[in-house]
Amino acid sequence: MSPSAPEGSLAWRRTPFRIPLLRIELRIPNWGEGIFKSLTFLFALSIPILIFVVGLEMALSSRLSLAQFGWRFLVTSTWDPVFGKFGALPFIYGTLVSSFLALLFALPLSLGTAIYLSEMAPHGIRGPLANLVELLAAIPSVIYGLWGILVLAPLMRQYVQPFLKATLGFLPFFQGPAYGVGMLTAGVILSVMIVPFIASVSREVLLAVPQSQREAALALGATRWEMIRTAVLPYGKGGIVGGIMLGLGRALGETMAVTMVIGNRPDIALSLFAPGYTMASVIANEFTEATGNLYLSALVEIGLVLFLLTIVVNALARLLVWRVTSGPKGGIRE
Amino acid sequence: MNSNLTYLKRKTTNWVMSRLSLLFALLTLLPLALIFFYLLSKGVSALNLDFLTHLPKPVGEPGGGMANAIVGTLILVGLACLLGLPIGILAGVYLAEFGHNRFGLLVRFTADVMNGIPSIVIGIFAYTIVVLPMRRFSALAGGVALGIMMIPVVTRTTEELLKLVPVSLREAALALGIPRWKTIVSVVLRTARMGIVTGALVAVGRIAGETAPLLFTAFGNRFWQSGLVQPIAALPLQIFAYAISPFDDWHSQAWAGALVLISLVFLIGLFTRLLLKSKYSLRGGQ
Repeated sequence: MSPSAPEGSLAWRRTPFRIPLLRIELRIPNWGEGIFKSLTFLFALSIPILIFVVGLEMALSSRLSLAQFGWRFLVTSTWDPVFGKFGALPFIYGTLVSSFLALLFALPLSLGTAIYLSEMAPHGIRGPLANLVELLAAIPSVIYGLWGILVLAPLMRQYVQPFLKATLGFLPFFQGPAYGVGMLTAGVILSVMIVPFIASVSREVLLAVPQSQREAALALGATRWEMIRTAVLPYGKGGIVGGIMLGLGRALGETMAVTMVIGNRPDIALSLFAPGYTMASVIANEFTEATGNLYLSALVEIGLVLFLLTIVVNALARLLVWRVTSGPKGGIRE
Repeated sequence: MNSNLTYLKRKTTNWVMSRLSLLFALLTLLPLALIFFYLLSKGVSALNLDFLTHLPKPVGEPGGGMANAIVGTLILVGLACLLGLPIGILAGVYLAEFGHNRFGLLVRFTADVMNGIPSIVIGIFAYTIVVLPMRRFSALAGGVALGIMMIPVVTRTTEELLKLVPVSLREAALALGIPRWKTIVSVVLRTARMGIVTGALVAVGRIAGETAPLLFTAFGNRFWQSGLVQPIAALPLQIFAYAISPFDDWHSQAWAGALVLISLVFLIGLFTRLLLKSKYSLRGGQ
């Protein structure tokens, strides 16, 4: 055995074997330690590398469209595969508006649910109810889409949209024909999908708020709601914002359910009844039919924009959630 | 009198807010009830033995099933596990055992961020690295896409569950002079093996219903797949295709398919939950 490893290296057994008669010292190398550690290290390393490679690969695959359109790609709204003119604005608009609507509907629902589950509900039903919320999060998005297109869209067309038109029709958002499918329906189905997500993250954040916070507020004579408002919510604020951003990240990238109910028309319309299109759904619909390299490359570039957008949103969200759930510094924790 | 009024106001606010939060919780759960109602009322009637054992019929012909899609989904999940499990588990072992440093923090962070990358983007990635070089849609490409999506989930759950293994077990093994890596392999991993199975199941439950990354990788197929480098059918793809079709017959088939898919996902979820329960009992015994 070659004793060439540096003295004291952990990869070698400290105490050599002595064979008395021959006066030879044998150092048995303990290869296992190093091999095992570097093996797991390599696999762990593969995760950051993978993210980087995904971004790089998409940037490379969209270089044709990047070179041809540059920044104008993001701000022009012509989407004409026949004449090779591509601008992603309608899709960016659709993604942002549908996600904004989803957040608007989802915020009160998910925060109310989280507060109910962690503070208000009788102790016996908290667990089962939280499980039901998790169940909602486990439903595959294509099933939301199926339900959206066959049940929700007809309901919207027959009842909700005519009602909105009759009551709020003077606003530009609620005008035009009611197709059932469209931006509003996409917002509704998206909110149904992200509510369980935001609710369960927020619930975890609220559960991480130390009991002493609550007791202090109650001891000062606060009612239960005053305790939540003054002692619990401010403490978990960062984490809740993080949970909301995680939900936003999901809404931005959600594909199937939105594709099935948004109407898929690359127009920018002020009315929420009008059909729209999102970045994810244009990729889903047109990728396999894209003829010509420029067309494909434009679609990949939309994917790249979506990738960067969700990375930023998710990174911020994770940082916020981590800061709260991994134990806050200082304060009244101990 | 004035203080009495304030008191009344505070109590009323408290009452209103507690009812409001209950109302919102109920509203959140309403879609769950609605979706289940429709899945059961429309799916059960279209679900029969033919559905589970036959190929899809052409438009207009009644009957037929999604047997190929059900098998296809199982194959795709299997392929995804081949890619996602080894990477995820080993990365999880690193995080739990050696990851108490800045690099570990980076990996944890990127895994969480990767979890949030839209599945359609992963689909594009799989398309560019598998479909383009091979010049065909294939089960393999679908498996790669789903496998990549599994990695962050498996990594994080493996890490969490390895951390549940009591320190005393490790110390006992180390005290016997067993090298660290052998301790990890034969004591820590053995103790946590049900936990690792659980992590795998969580990930499978998440990817089994994924549609978007399969659209331009596995592509779908109306017949039995003829190998791993050919397009393959998948249950979510079939549901999607049938749901956006204009035919009532296909709509009811889509409901039945959705019922099968959701049963699959929930069964996995239930199984996971049971395993997790037994996991905690291990910890409680210490």
